Amino acid sequence: MSTPRRDALLAVDGVHFDYGRRSVLRGAALRVERGELVALLGTNGSGKTTLLRLIAGTLTPDAGEVRFHGRAVVEWRRAALARHVAVLPQRLELPSGFHVAELVEMGRAPHATRLFGASAADEVAVERALIDADALELAHRSIDELSGGERQRVLVAMALAQEPELLLLDEPTLHLDVAHQLALLTTIGRLRRVRNLTVVAVLHDLGMAAAFAPRVAVLDQGRVVGEGSPATVLTPALVRRVFGVEIDEARTADGQRHLVLRPG
Amino acid sequence: MRTAAAPAIRVGIGGPSLTRAALVLGVGALLLAIVLVAAVALGSVGVSLDDTARILGRRLLGLPLAQTWSPSAETIIFDLRLPRVLTAMLVGAGLGSAGTVFQAVLRNPMADPYLIGTAAGASLGAITGILAPMLLPTLAIGAGTAWLGIGLVQVLAFSGGLLTVMLVYSVARRGGTVHVVTLLLTGYAVSSILAAGVAMLMFLSGRALGAVFAWLMGSLAGASWTSLAFATPLVLLSFVLLMARWRRLNLLLLGDGAAAHLGVDVEREKLVLTGLATLATSAVVAISGTIGFVGLVVPHVLRLAIGPDHRLLLPSSVLFGASLLALADLGARLAGGIPVGIVTALIGAPFFLWLLRRARTPLMP
Repeated sequence: MSTPRRDALLAVDGVHFDYGRRSVLRGAALRVERGELVALLGTNGSGKTTLLRLIAGTLTPDAGEVRFHGRAVVEWRRAALARHVAVLPQRLELPSGFHVAELVEMGRAPHATRLFGASAADEVAVERALIDADALELAHRSIDELSGGERQRVLVAMALAQEPELLLLDEPTLHLDVAHQLALLTTIGRLRRVRNLTVVAVLHDLGMAAAFAPRVAVLDQGRVVGEGSPATVLTPALVRRVFGVEIDEARTADGQRHLVLRPG
Repeated sequence: MRTAAAPAIRVGIGGPSLTRAALVLGVGALLLAIVLVAAVALGSVGVSLDDTARILGRRLLGLPLAQTWSPSAETIIFDLRLPRVLTAMLVGAGLGSAGTVFQAVLRNPMADPYLIGTAAGASLGAITGILAPMLLPTLAIGAGTAWLGIGLVQVLAFSGGLLTVMLVYSVARRGGTVHVVTLLLTGYAVSSILAAGVAMLMFLSGRALGAVFAWLMGSLAGASWTSLAFATPLVLLSFVLLMARWRRLNLLLLGDGAAAHLGVDVEREKLVLTGLATLATSAVVAISGTIGFVGLVVPHVLRLAIGPDHRLLLPSSVLFGASLLALADLGARLAGGIPVGIVTALIGAPFFLWLLRRARTPLMP
């Protein structure tokens, strides 16, 4: 179906999805323009990860539609979609025995033109991805010897090697300590500007989301209940209603707004 | 902008370097050639290495060599030993590559080419083929000689293996997806049912028990040029098509989700890969019976030695699998003609145990 007006890069329209009897999404809607960074927030089980999978095309909506470039994601051929959309999962079991450059090269698979080797474009893309993800010095290391933070940088490099327009992140900071969480989100923010990436990230930390995402979308009971800048969306009232916790807003001397969780 | 226009530092992608690939495959090919000559030359009747090489050179390569050997030596070498050695190599190659593919698709270290029903289905087919002519003498006319160049046993074993995997796959399929664990358990359950059939037929087989038993242990005693002509194109076809899918085999090691994000149509790919590996497995099982351990051990050993990249792992598993089984069959012949399956189990299993204890990391995640 064609819409006469210009479609957003990514459009989620009235999407329903259930796992058997458990209804997860009930009419979720979202629009993401080229170059945006949108954080998806919500409680456990609110459907954030499901929505991300529907956007990635690994799940098919029961009703409604997810469109990328104006075309339903489920109609895209997998290989074609992989040339435009990359996913950084929560956790990836990395197969033993590869070294980092080989793994990052796997990100080139959707663009592969050679039967066995790598093209010049592949070499440039892998190198660029390693540099941009701050992982160049890891190139020759075995992936079995990487620390958690290093693994995450390598996975970012692998996603970048795909040269995507849209990068989907599924709680990318879940297994990282605070310093590595900050480093990763800073990297993502920089890449968005340098590579003109569009980013949709499922995040669980409201403070991090407020600090890093220019736009947030809050999912509750299968719907997007709040969408916009963190300042307008993450109000104490909405956070109380959705997450069941009390927050205070604090402003630092330079005028930055921060969310502070009020204990019990 | 920190982006590199041209690589300043070579990060070294594009797979194993040509030197490394040439080294691994060259060693594999050289070993195979040595094993070929040795296995053809050695046996209960001695033929000198020199004569063996000359007979092979004259008959296979068409070299104009003067005949300095007896006609019986030529018969032994060319009509008896050579087809047997080549059959061993073909079977080892087929099991090696199929094992590599099954371990990648099933992401299971216990995976071998027989796991999801090939062995049980082929066994039931073969035993039916062995016993049927005794119950229905009219079948013996076609069975004793050959039908389309191959025997009833081979035809039934081949189709039994293929049909069983098709059945297992379709039973395990739920809503368009096949979960690996469901597939393994379905294969186990269906194999158990067929094994009951095999046991029942063995119980009823009477005089033919020896033949049934030899088939189940895996034996290359029945090797012939006709059975080679039947299985070789199937194994070759399977290998070429699998080789063309090396990239997708590598991606599947990352898991279904990640493979899909990198452009693999995961369900379709698993079906195609399983089909191709089963084709090779069924073809070689049909001409050799169920020979164990080759399809399990060869991929593991090679993965430890040369790494998990399928563009080198797959051809290596063909070359080294071929050499390994030809050597095992040589051992079986020199030990007085015992079934080769006994040799692969007796040597393969302890070696595998040693490897398990020596490996620093688990063999597969």
